[in-house]
Amino acid sequence: MPHRWHNGPQTCGWMEMSVSVGRPCPCAHFFLSVRRGRDSLQLLSSSPGFHLREVVEVLEQFVQEGRISAVMWEVCQQQAQAGSPDLQEALLNKIVCLPDHVSNKLQGKNPPVFFPQNYFPFLGGAVIQVLQKISDSLRGKIVSVHLVYLPVFSSTSEEILSVLLPRLTDLTKSDCIWQRICWRLVECVPDRWMEAVLLGFVQRAPGADVLSRLLGNLVVKNKKAQFVVTQKVLLLQYSHTTAVLQNLLGYLSLDSLRRALLIKVLLELLETWGSSSAVKHSPPEQQQYISKAILICLSHLKEHEIESYREELLTSMMEGVKCHLDSSLPQIRCLGMIVAESISSKINTDGPVLKFQVKADAALPSVLESNKKSCTAAPVMPDDESDAEKNIYTPQTNSYLYFFYSDDDLIPYDMSEDKELKVKAPVYIRDCIEVLTGSEDVDKWDTTVKALESLVRKNPAATREVSVELAKILLHLEEKTCTEGFGELRQRAQVAVLTTDPIPVAKYLTSQFYSLNYSLRQRIDILDVLVLAAQELSYPKSHGKTKHAGAQKPCIQLLPGSDSSKDWRRIVDERIKSKTRRFAMGRSQVEVAAVPNEFSSVAGHFFFPLIQHFDRPLTTFDLLGEDHLVLGRLVHTLAILMYLAVNTVAVTAMGKALLEFVWALRFHTDSYVRQGLLSCISSVLLSVPKERLLEDMTEELLETQSWLGDVVEKDPDGDCRRLALQNLLLMENLKKKLKAVPS
Amino acid sequence: MALPPPDPQFVLRGTSAAVHTLHFSCGGQERDVPILFSGSENGFIHVWNLKTHRVDAALDGHGRKSVYCVETMGGKDRLLSQGRDQRICLWDLAEGRTSVTDSVFTENVGFCRCSLLKVAQGRWLMAMAAKAMEEVQVLELPSKTSVCTLKPEVGAKLGMPMCLKLWQLNFGSQPLLLAGYEDGSVILWSLSMGKALSQLVCHQEPVMSLDFDSEKAKGISGSSEKVLSIWSLNEQQNLQVYKTHNLVNPGISDIAIRPDKKILATAGWDHRIRIFGWKKLKPLAVLDYHTATVHCVSFSDHKNPSERLLAAGSKDHRISIWSIYTQT
Repeated sequence: MPHRWHNGPQTCGWMEMSVSVGRPCPCAHFFLSVRRGRDSLQLLSSSPGFHLREVVEVLEQFVQEGRISAVMWEVCQQQAQAGSPDLQEALLNKIVCLPDHVSNKLQGKNPPVFFPQNYFPFLGGAVIQVLQKISDSLRGKIVSVHLVYLPVFSSTSEEILSVLLPRLTDLTKSDCIWQRICWRLVECVPDRWMEAVLLGFVQRAPGADVLSRLLGNLVVKNKKAQFVVTQKVLLLQYSHTTAVLQNLLGYLSLDSLRRALLIKVLLELLETWGSSSAVKHSPPEQQQYISKAILICLSHLKEHEIESYREELLTSMMEGVKCHLDSSLPQIRCLGMIVAESISSKINTDGPVLKFQVKADAALPSVLESNKKSCTAAPVMPDDESDAEKNIYTPQTNSYLYFFYSDDDLIPYDMSEDKELKVKAPVYIRDCIEVLTGSEDVDKWDTTVKALESLVRKNPAATREVSVELAKILLHLEEKTCTEGFGELRQRAQVAVLTTDPIPVAKYLTSQFYSLNYSLRQRIDILDVLVLAAQELSYPKSHGKTKHAGAQKPCIQLLPGSDSSKDWRRIVDERIKSKTRRFAMGRSQVEVAAVPNEFSSVAGHFFFPLIQHFDRPLTTFDLLGEDHLVLGRLVHTLAILMYLAVNTVAVTAMGKALLEFVWALRFHTDSYVRQGLLSCISSVLLSVPKERLLEDMTEELLETQSWLGDVVEKDPDGDCRRLALQNLLLMENLKKKLKAVPS
Repeated sequence: MALPPPDPQFVLRGTSAAVHTLHFSCGGQERDVPILFSGSENGFIHVWNLKTHRVDAALDGHGRKSVYCVETMGGKDRLLSQGRDQRICLWDLAEGRTSVTDSVFTENVGFCRCSLLKVAQGRWLMAMAAKAMEEVQVLELPSKTSVCTLKPEVGAKLGMPMCLKLWQLNFGSQPLLLAGYEDGSVILWSLSMGKALSQLVCHQEPVMSLDFDSEKAKGISGSSEKVLSIWSLNEQQNLQVYKTHNLVNPGISDIAIRPDKKILATAGWDHRIRIFGWKKLKPLAVLDYHTATVHCVSFSDHKNPSERLLAAGSKDHRISIWSIYTQT
């Protein structure tokens, strides 16, 4: 067999170091000796097409007989005798990359042994064997364990870790020699593999204590490891699970040397959490991740540590709360409140504690929930007792009553439900106005608020007389008592007033939106009411409601047109019917009665006053400055109004104005605002007829398209990217349709 | 532990208007179907078959104006009804007829229910609020001849009569009239003398309803206030306050004492029907079913006590039928 591999084109540099120059032809038993096994690896990498099948067979046998562990063991011993480190590294590189090499050579005809999922568990087993040998020999003399790390920790070898880690976990449980071996093992990992190794360990370790046993004080000794643990995993990445965070931070907390790091990490996390630019520009998922990490850190802190860092914690908490509450995304605000609450409860053991009324919802990380549960678990008992007391007392009082009355032969029923009736609701709209403006009677006020919506809907004529006054009262109405669902009741009443008398009330509300002395809440209310009313007006009314319209007939009858037009319609229909001969009578179709779109005539009144003044700051209200939450709502409102204005006359003018508005705001820093802008564009694309779009707004559309492209690529917010993509798709569809129907 | 109050035995729906008055006719022959008459705000009188719980007939005789009083005149075939069209109609319902045989134009614009008393076979007395504001007129039916007109003394300022109750101690003795007035007083009138025998101020507000038990010479009245007033009539024909009972919510629109004088029921503006023991006015039950003011309560005249029913009609268009304290 010619020894072509000596000077073949693929000869690598390291091959020159080979010890097997001039070896006779390779045969099985030869390779299967330890030294030749190493050679055969070289052979494979350097001799393409040269009895490939034979070589592979040999290799297969080599792997299956567990020769790799022998090779590694040999190398370890060599290390002790100061062998060449380059050679060893190269060799182990080959071992790790063996499946890749083989499959490259065989081009898909790979034997199953060399599939990574089969090969690496083998390799893991081999490593364990070697480690076992080392541990045995350590009890006699010192052997360097230098090299074994290599195959263990090549970054691709998940399978190795899945074999290795449980084994090591078991072995290190009670044996300190094994622990030492393990520590040494990870310490020797070269920097370029450190991250993969650490992550593998952290992700697979069943708990922080196990991790601590396996890694020792690696993070203190190794700079790279420290960087990975304290910076990369926590601050730069955010895809890890909560369990990983718990492992990692738990590991940091378990040793006094590492605790310093824990505190350092916490302070850095808090700094990020409290930085307004991070809150604005990082994705919500990352912020949630950081919040989780902070909460876990906090749970590991001890009394004295909190004591000495109280000031720092307090400062960063204050900053963080501020910038979180500034955010326009409810999820972020919620996170800020949750984290602040737990920091505050940690640092103020005796004083007052921050308390937000945070609703438990999806934004709430599960870590937190478990924390909260553990807090609330204790006071459950006394509650139970008081319940039990109630249960004991009620029957007694009842039996007492029963005794008292039992001189008559008629036995009374339970009358405990006979309570005072709630105050009667007012029946006239003007009564409502009186009660809402002047009344001190809380019950009356309460029932009035509850009854107002239905009253307004039942009496459109009476409402029209006082519509603006009523809208004004409702806008300024504040919750006097703890009425359940007050906000919603008020809003529904406002919507009812607005739909009953759209033009004057819309005029009033939109003018108030840009005037002085309103709270943000009120301004947002105005927007919500406009949207809901527009929605109601634009939807075809159901049958029940058309009947309502009949109820208001008295005032319509004054206009002679409406009734006669119906008659006209009927007469024409009958004439057609009488003169039409039908040959086939299909099943008569139930026609949905067509109703005029009531929003059509008033859409402009809703839309234009809102879009006019956004760039004129008032002393108390600066849409383009710090009141970006309201700006976000405004933009969303405009998007919805635009969408609802489909098929109306004003739609083209509205679309044009809206595109200009979007263009002015397109680089806004708040992602909520940007999301709104993108919805605006969708609305314009959907609502404005496509001929109008192309004829009247070509320029704007082209500009918008290029901006959308930018957003899709660069925007940090996932929702923005998604919306922009959808918009681009809409534009594509538009183009396709135009091509399909050439006009 | 007291039992929870019972639910209605059944509920009659379908008047499609507020129910203002109810009257049972269940005391007939064995095979006669028990019947309930109801008068409602849309001017219809419904004849309910209590076996099928369906409407047997709907009588339209008051020009779609609210009917607020319905009485039978000896059996279910002759009916008297009073409506806001200022008419009192007499109906012939025998053999499926539904015709108005006669009517009286009252000229009164109030809503005082008339009161009917059988004085002899085929002869009734009917008291009704008259045209003049404070007056009560008594007619004899079916002849429609005026028996007397009861005028209070000049300057008494009683206001309109609000509720009337004609009664006599025994069949054949002198009929008397109890009338509740707008100013809250109850006056006992003698029809034969045509003058007031006694006057008692029971309430601060108009008397909305009263009922009287001639055996015990004791009556009860309710007003728009939170209080029920029980008064008695002594041998000298003087009315005296016997007791008052405070209610949880104000407003009583109707009171009925059961024919056996064991219990009484009140119809409350608070949507509730209250049951009291008549002997001591012991509260027995609060029936909370309706969702609007209860306008009227009425007990049935079943011969068998265990079948006796209570009916209540309400502004919520429903008539609830109850079976309560039937075993006593």
